[in-house]
Amino acid sequence: MDIGLSETQQLIRNSAREFLEENCDTQYVRAMEEDEVGHTEELWDQVAELGWLGLTVPEEYGGAGMSFSELAILLEETGAAMLPGPFFSTAVIGAEALKLAGSDEQKSDLLAKLAEGKLKTALAFHEIGAAWTAESVSEMTATETEDGWILNGEKRFVQDGAAADMLIVAARTGEDAENGITLFLVETDNANVDSRELKTTSSDRMSVMSFGEVSVPKASVLGEVNGGWGILEKVFQYGAAGKCAEMAGAGQKMLDTTVDYVQNRVQFGRPIGSFQAIQHHAADMAIEVQAGRQLARQAAWFLGEGLDATRQVALAKAYLSEAYPRVCATAHQCHGAIGYTHEYDLHLWTRRATGQRLAFGDTKLHQETLADSAGL
Amino acid sequence: MRYAFTAEEEEFRGEVRDWLTAQLPDDWNGIDEDSEEGWKLTLEMRHKLADKGWLTLAWPTEYGGQGASFMKQVVFNEEMAYSRCPGIDGSAIKMLGPTLMIHGSEEQRRTLLPPVARGEVEWCQGYSEPDSGSDLASLQLRVDETDDGWVVNGSKIWTSMAHRSDWIFFLGRTNQDAPKHRGISFFVADMRTPGIEVRPIVNMAGTHHFNQTIFENVHIPKDALVGERDRGWYIGATLLDFERSGVQYSANGRRILGELIDFAKQQTGPDGQPMFEDPQVRRQFAELDVDIECARLVAYEVAWMQSVGQVPNKEASASKILGTQLMQKLARFGTELGGMYGMLGPGSEYAPIDGKYPKMQLTSVSSTIAAGTTEINKGIIASRGLGLPRG
Repeated sequence: MDIGLSETQQLIRNSAREFLEENCDTQYVRAMEEDEVGHTEELWDQVAELGWLGLTVPEEYGGAGMSFSELAILLEETGAAMLPGPFFSTAVIGAEALKLAGSDEQKSDLLAKLAEGKLKTALAFHEIGAAWTAESVSEMTATETEDGWILNGEKRFVQDGAAADMLIVAARTGEDAENGITLFLVETDNANVDSRELKTTSSDRMSVMSFGEVSVPKASVLGEVNGGWGILEKVFQYGAAGKCAEMAGAGQKMLDTTVDYVQNRVQFGRPIGSFQAIQHHAADMAIEVQAGRQLARQAAWFLGEGLDATRQVALAKAYLSEAYPRVCATAHQCHGAIGYTHEYDLHLWTRRATGQRLAFGDTKLHQETLADSAGL
Repeated sequence: MRYAFTAEEEEFRGEVRDWLTAQLPDDWNGIDEDSEEGWKLTLEMRHKLADKGWLTLAWPTEYGGQGASFMKQVVFNEEMAYSRCPGIDGSAIKMLGPTLMIHGSEEQRRTLLPPVARGEVEWCQGYSEPDSGSDLASLQLRVDETDDGWVVNGSKIWTSMAHRSDWIFFLGRTNQDAPKHRGISFFVADMRTPGIEVRPIVNMAGTHHFNQTIFENVHIPKDALVGERDRGWYIGATLLDFERSGVQYSANGRRILGELIDFAKQQTGPDGQPMFEDPQVRRQFAELDVDIECARLVAYEVAWMQSVGQVPNKEASASKILGTQLMQKLARFGTELGGMYGMLGPGSEYAPIDGKYPKMQLTSVSSTIAAGTTEINKGIIASRGLGLPRG
C-alpha cells in the first residue's frame, strides 16, 4: 500500500499544473465555451507536443507507454483546469479502445497519429434510450455488403463528435443484445455523416450525429464483428475511472477556491472562514475530496495494473458522482451571491459536474454493480 | 502509487487470520467486551497475543515489540477487527506507547512499556473533566510540585476501563497563571496510589464502560511527569492523532456488511419478495459498501503518512469522522433490516442476529462524541488542515 506519488507522477502533476495555469486559465475556458470549434489547434498541438495524448500509448506506436495511473494523475489536473477540446475523448476513450481492440494495422496507423495529435476521436454510443447498456444500441444498424458495411441511424450525446476526425460507432449487427454489437471506425469527413449540436448546460460539446447510408470498408471494424459490447464495457471502465480522476482534481480546485474566498471575505468584522458554520462546510468538502481522490486513484491503479477493476471503478464512480456535485454545491453556499454570478468562475465547474456525474454511469448504475458484486 | 499490499503482507494476513480462527471459539461472532465474560476473554487473548509477539507488533524490539512496519500493523489491526477478537488495549498500545517513544524518557520507556508488551497491564486515559470536554485545554485537575514529586487533586470523567486499569495517563494543570494551553503537563500514575477513586458510570446501553476518576491528595513520584512541565498540551495533542487514526472501522464495517448481506439473502420483505430484490435495500447496501471503502482508504492514507514520517493531522480527523459515522449508519441499517424485529435486543426471543444491531445503535452514539466530537474534528480540519482563521 503506497499512497504516495512516484517521482514520474509528481513530475506529470507539477508540469501539467504549471502548463495549464499558463495556457488554460478560465478566460480561455470561457472563450472556448463561446467558440464554434471549442478548442484551439495551437493548444492542441502543444498538448500533443507534451506527450499527453499518447501518455498510455505503447512506445512502439509513438506514445510514452505509461500506465493508466499516470494518465489519471494528469486527468486530475485537466479536470481542475477544465481543459477544452477532445482530450478525454481521444487520450482516454480513443486510445484505450484502439489499444484494446485495434488490429496491428489500426494500431500502428491510428495510435501513432493519435499520439502525434493528428487524430481526434469520439465515441458514438448513445441512441434514443441513452442508457449505458447493450440494449440501448438498437436502431443504429450496420449491414454487411461485399466490400464493407453500410451504416444507418442516429447517435446522440456524442461528446466531441463535432471536433473529432474519427468516430467509434457502436452499431447493431445481430439480435442478441450483448453479442450483436459491432464497433466501426468512421471518418467524420464522410459526406453522409451529419452533425448537429446538442446544447447542454455543461458546455460539454455533445452532438447528435446521423448516418445515412454511410459506406465503410471492412477494415473499419474495430475488434470482432458482434464483439463490440465486450470492448465497450472495458472502455466504459476507463471512462468512468477517468471521469473520477477529473472530478477528484476539480474537487480539490473547488476546495482551494472556497478556502481562499472565505479567508478573505469579511462580514461581521471578521473573515467568514472563522465562523464554525463555514469551517464545517469547508471540512466536509475536504473530507469528500480526500476520500474521492483515494477512490479515484485506486480505480486507476487497478486498471493500470491490468487487474479486474469492476468493483474499484464502481466504488469510485458511485461515490464521486454524488460527492463531487455536493462539493460544488457547498462551494456555492460558502461563496454566497458572488458565486451565483456569471462573472465569477465557480459555475464553470458546477455546470460541468452535471455531465461528469452522468458520464459512463451515474451513481445508481454503479450501485447496482456493487449490489451484484455482493451477490445480492 | 500502489493500492495493494505486498505478497509478504498478504501472507502475514493469512497467518493472522488462521491463527485467530484457531484460537477463537467455533461459533465465534464477537463478545460484549464490557461484560465479565468478555473481560476474561480479553485477558486470555491478550496473553496469547503477547506470547505470539503480536500485541505490540510495531513497537521497537527493545520495548517488547517486533519493529514491524506500519503497513504490517495495519494488516494486523484489520484482521483483529474483522475477527472481532478482543485483547488489544488501545490506550496503551496505540496511544501511550507511540507518545512515550517521542516524548518519554528512556527510563520511562524501559519501565512502562515492556509490561504492556507482555500483556500484563491495562491503561486508561484521563483527559476529559466534568467541566472540560471539547474545550479540553480548560481542564482544572490540579497538580502541584512537592519536594519528592507531585500531588494531584481533581477529577477526570469518561475514563473508559478505569475500573479495570492498572495505570492511567492524564493531563493536569501545573501552572495556574499561564495561558490555558501552556499550563498543562502530562503524567502517568499507578491506579493503586492512595487517593484515586473510581466511580462507575453506566451508559445508555446499560453497560459499565466508563467512569469518573477522582484524585484526592494523590502523591505521585517526580518521574511521573512525561516530557517537560507545562508542555503537556502538545504531547497530549500528538497522542490524539494516534488515537484518531484507525483501520478498525472499515474492517469491522466490512464484517458487519457481510453479516447483513447474509441476513438479507434469507429474508423476505413486507411484500413477500426476497429482500435483496428490493431496490431500496440494494441501494443502501451499495452506499455502505462505498462508505466502508472511503473509511478504509483514508485510514490507509493516515498509516502511509506515518510510515513515511509525516504527521497525519487533518487526515486523521477525516479518518475518525468517516469511520464513526460509518458505524452509526451500519447500526441503523442493521436495525432497519429486521423490520419490527429490529427492535429486539440481545437475549430477546425472536431477535435477528442476536439483537446486535439495536444494541449497536445505542453504543455507537458515543463514537462520534468520544476522542473529539465530529464537530471538534471538523474544526481541526478547517484550522490546522485548511488554515482557516480561529473563531
